[in-house]
Amino acid sequence: MDRFSWTNGLLEINETLVIQQRGVRLYDGDDKAKMDVGVALLSTHRLIWRDNKNHECCIAMPLSQILFFEEQAGGIGKSAKIVIHLHPTPPNKEPGPYQQSKYSYIKLSFKEHGQIEFYRRLTEEMTKKRWENMPVSQPIPTGTGLQAGRTRAVGIVGIERKIEEKRKETDKNISEAFEDLSKLMVKAKEMVELSKSIANKIKDKQGDITEDETIRFKSYLLSMGIADPVTRETHGSGTHYHMQLAKQLGDMLQAPLEERGGMMALTEVYCLVNRARGMELLSPEDLVNACKMFESLKLPLRLRVFDSGVMVVQLQSHSEEEMIASALDNVSDKGSLTAEEFAKLLGLSVLLSKERLLLAEKMGHLCRDDSVEGLRFYPNLF
Amino acid sequence: MRRGVGAGAIAKKKLAEARYKERGTVLAEDQIVQMSKQLETFKSNLEEFASKHKQEIRKNSQFRVQFQEMCATIGVDPLASGKGFWSEMLGVGDFYYELGVQIIEVCLALKHRNGGLITLDELHQRVLKGRGKYAQDVSQDDLVRAIKKLKAMGSGFGMIPVGGSYLVQSVPAELNMDHTVVLQLAEKKGYVTVSEIKDGLKWEKERACHVLDHLLKEGLAWLDSQAAGEPQYWLPALFSELSSRDVTPEEANQMTP
Repeated sequence: MDRFSWTNGLLEINETLVIQQRGVRLYDGDDKAKMDVGVALLSTHRLIWRDNKNHECCIAMPLSQILFFEEQAGGIGKSAKIVIHLHPTPPNKEPGPYQQSKYSYIKLSFKEHGQIEFYRRLTEEMTKKRWENMPVSQPIPTGTGLQAGRTRAVGIVGIERKIEEKRKETDKNISEAFEDLSKLMVKAKEMVELSKSIANKIKDKQGDITEDETIRFKSYLLSMGIADPVTRETHGSGTHYHMQLAKQLGDMLQAPLEERGGMMALTEVYCLVNRARGMELLSPEDLVNACKMFESLKLPLRLRVFDSGVMVVQLQSHSEEEMIASALDNVSDKGSLTAEEFAKLLGLSVLLSKERLLLAEKMGHLCRDDSVEGLRFYPNLF
Repeated sequence: MRRGVGAGAIAKKKLAEARYKERGTVLAEDQIVQMSKQLETFKSNLEEFASKHKQEIRKNSQFRVQFQEMCATIGVDPLASGKGFWSEMLGVGDFYYELGVQIIEVCLALKHRNGGLITLDELHQRVLKGRGKYAQDVSQDDLVRAIKKLKAMGSGFGMIPVGGSYLVQSVPAELNMDHTVVLQLAEKKGYVTVSEIKDGLKWEKERACHVLDHLLKEGLAWLDSQAAGEPQYWLPALFSELSSRDVTPEEANQMTP
């Protein structure tokens, strides 16, 4: 920490702010420095640090002081850090917060994250070494760094100006993005028109379209996100992609289904599968379209839609009669059951246990008592 | 339909082609070839766009809204499939599909308390909290779009307009116009009484009771029969932070007389 000098935070002509990060604590070697948490600023020429509360406490070190640096991963209760190893102090160094230090390295501790970007920018600047090409005037000796209010304000204004410029650039980027987006949409619209024309022709059976061509067309529609009302009637919504998915799901869902009594709500499947994938997630429609193909692909799973509209995936081996018989047993055993009680008994979700009871009722094995206290099922003695 | 082979089929095809050329229409299979080429071009245009602006979509919720609206205008659904270009190259898919997972989880966790009905505001707050301090920002528009996609899975996801915002329904409970209008009436205070319904909506008592009974049965409303005056029907979905807070079983034991 004895490599730092007091500074007024003023950026020199030719010196540009590269990145700043709040929530940074300094370490003198392995020991916490005597300062509080502050803002770390990286310029083309220097590493600057400024206290959050007391803006006059501002220190800097030329980047040429840096020998090398490395990342130190965070852990539980520990923030990620960048360790910066330093050259020995030059003889003409301006006074700073530390007269001397037993360490030749400092650490920046990123309490509010941002270390990844800071590290990247630091690497860039240390590679480019822009300070060598853009000499700045000798820094004015600032003594203890306590400056007249005016110069302090200019220093901060300089930094704020950089932020403003960056914001303007961001705005410019956004309007450029919108322009590019509009051009892209024009092209996309052409594709939509073309696909409508093709779909109509297929519908009217003009020309000679093969199976292959139809499947290819459907995959084009899938890629573009264009709805496909026409060919769906003749060929279903599946594409090769959905067939692959269906097979993957067939493998993936065996164990979870068995654990849950052979049946899972589609929303549960959606969460399970997407959490497992982590990225390249499935859309809800992808899942539904894949599940619809279980039967035609002869996989041991089925997509089922209850009267209420609830969609489930169930194991084909899952016997309906068994399910209903066991539901009847449970209800008779306890005299009567609500969906919540049944769910607790079987370790199922309330949604699915309700569907089972409703199914048993539909088959005439149970009858209901529908009151404001809830829906309760009794064995059907009629 | 297998394309025929053999001299006869070839002749037939030539005849059909000639007829079409006469009428000036293009054959569908030729158009499919054309589409395939255009698709390749489009894909590379999209890649270029992504390389320049992918960050914009991730970081800027306003930009996402614009993007979605433009797609809707031209008849394209960028969220239809994870395999779509939009999803793959711009990463919009993963953003919304993951949001879908988070929405489902929040609704499931609170269902025992609110019966499967939650305000969009509360859903928004809880999703943001679950995502953590440093995650990407999520707007209410983002939530609405994710919820629209969840409908495809038949889980009863829907949105009910109430008091200038929405209630999000996540169970397949039957809610018709009568139920909806009573929910809207209850929105201001979080509860409603039979008299208020009779006065405000000019309904008969039977109709009001029928609707309230249904809400009770579905677990969407709780009955406070000890309220001064007449019984009050409270909707936990509408409980605001101000008038309620989560309480542990120990605290609850200490509170009840």
